[in-house]
Amino acid sequence: MRALLKSYVAAAFVFLYLPLVVLAVFSFNDSRFTLWNGFSLRWYRAAWENSQLTHAAASSLIIAVCSTVFATTAGTLCAYGLWKRNTRRLTAALYLSLVTPEIVMGVAMLAFYQIVLAPMSAPLGMHTVIVSHITFSLAYVVVVVLARLRTLDPRLEEAALDLGANEWQAFRRVTLPLLLPGIAAASLLAFTISFDDYVITSLVAGVDSETLPMVIYAMARRGVRPEVNAVSAAIVVLLGGLALVSERLNRT
Amino acid sequence: MTRLRRWFLAPAAVILVLLYGVPLAIICAYSLFERGAYGGVETVFTPANFLRLADALYLTILLRSFLMAGAATLLCLVLAFPLSWFISHAGRRKHLYLALVVLPFWTSILICMYSWMFLLRDTGLLNTVLLELGWISQPLPLLYNYGAVLLGLVYNYLPFMVLPVYAALERLDPHLVEAASDLGAKPAATFRRVVWPLAAPGVRAGAVLVFIPCLGDYLTPDLLGGGRTIMVGNLIQNQFTAARNYPFGAAVSLALMSVVMLLLWRLLKREEEVLP
Repeated sequence: MRALLKSYVAAAFVFLYLPLVVLAVFSFNDSRFTLWNGFSLRWYRAAWENSQLTHAAASSLIIAVCSTVFATTAGTLCAYGLWKRNTRRLTAALYLSLVTPEIVMGVAMLAFYQIVLAPMSAPLGMHTVIVSHITFSLAYVVVVVLARLRTLDPRLEEAALDLGANEWQAFRRVTLPLLLPGIAAASLLAFTISFDDYVITSLVAGVDSETLPMVIYAMARRGVRPEVNAVSAAIVVLLGGLALVSERLNRT
Repeated sequence: MTRLRRWFLAPAAVILVLLYGVPLAIICAYSLFERGAYGGVETVFTPANFLRLADALYLTILLRSFLMAGAATLLCLVLAFPLSWFISHAGRRKHLYLALVVLPFWTSILICMYSWMFLLRDTGLLNTVLLELGWISQPLPLLYNYGAVLLGLVYNYLPFMVLPVYAALERLDPHLVEAASDLGAKPAATFRRVVWPLAAPGVRAGAVLVFIPCLGDYLTPDLLGGGRTIMVGNLIQNQFTAARNYPFGAAVSLALMSVVMLLLWRLLKREEEVLP
């Protein structure tokens, strides 16, 4: 019975990691085809020399960094504001934004930008992508930071206030330093989901703001391209690493 | 104490109202308008967009989405229950295993889907290996069908089932299982009358948490279904892009949102304690 369970679990993990491992292995394949033909870094070089890919990677990076900075700031402040009290409408809105199907959020934002930008005859572009990413990563930041806040001893801040600190000083000097690991974890998560997003981005992006997932999607539709294997393997390592660090930070 | 905190809520509240609330309100309004001649909308009130949902073509898509999401949820449960049981009995390695389950989800769903395409297509790895071994004489049609979409959905949302089921099993007192077997219950009976009832809140939470994103998924049917297996998400996308019928797309979005909200509301009412 025990052995059966173990092999079942092993099979489940194979299922979970098969695509990632295969992708990584074949990104080093010398052949253009699915047959193994020896180790080579040529697809990494090809990806590096593909200006469409590098340009998209730069866009993705700019978008992810900008949206992470804003979402982490607003989300951390919001989590602190929600701590130890009940703000039902805001909490409900946050959770609802978390479960809203991406496609619905995407088309709603598209309709919104069309109405807002049309009078200014401003096009869609990187700014609309960044604003959208801030919006959908906000709830993730709040959830992670709030979980961290709940592990803190509220008496520390009360002590600071009793000893003459004002509210801002108590927040800045006592709570914020204790929160830093949680904030770091939340920002890595925000970065990850921004860097990876395709559905919302593809709807609200303009001509100058093609992101890496958009290029990968377009290439995937046209058939397997070994450069895409290489880029994808690199992204998996990057985002997987960030997710692991985030997990670690969350538990210290 | 409260003054500063209220100010702290302001940025997030502004973002949510302006960039989430207002767009949704626009969708609500659009769903009641008529379609404009060249895309866009005419501000003439009509219930036609919602009535159109009753059309057999769209009912089929809705029904298909429900069935696919339901099947994916069931498969996730079958896969997640033994996995969660194993993890909850893994002692000090628990956190490692949980992290391993969640990690693929946090890397990149798009890339995971791309990799499954690489594995499953006619010239993909599985077919190539089977052909080389001589087990098959021509490629099996593994990609661009319901099976492939189902596989993708299960793959993407498995962690949402594992986490709450694990949380429920983690709190299950192992003495109860021992007591049941000491008192003569066979394993099957112990499972049915002791383990399952205590795990049920976690299973219900997991079922909702998997069902909701599966129902609204767009990318999986698009990539692994190759555009041939249209689900609600694809219908919405199509109305806002190729078909340029915003009002109907908005009505479909609202129908989907109301199902999501109903399920979430029921879940929050019943299982607050097992949510991760």
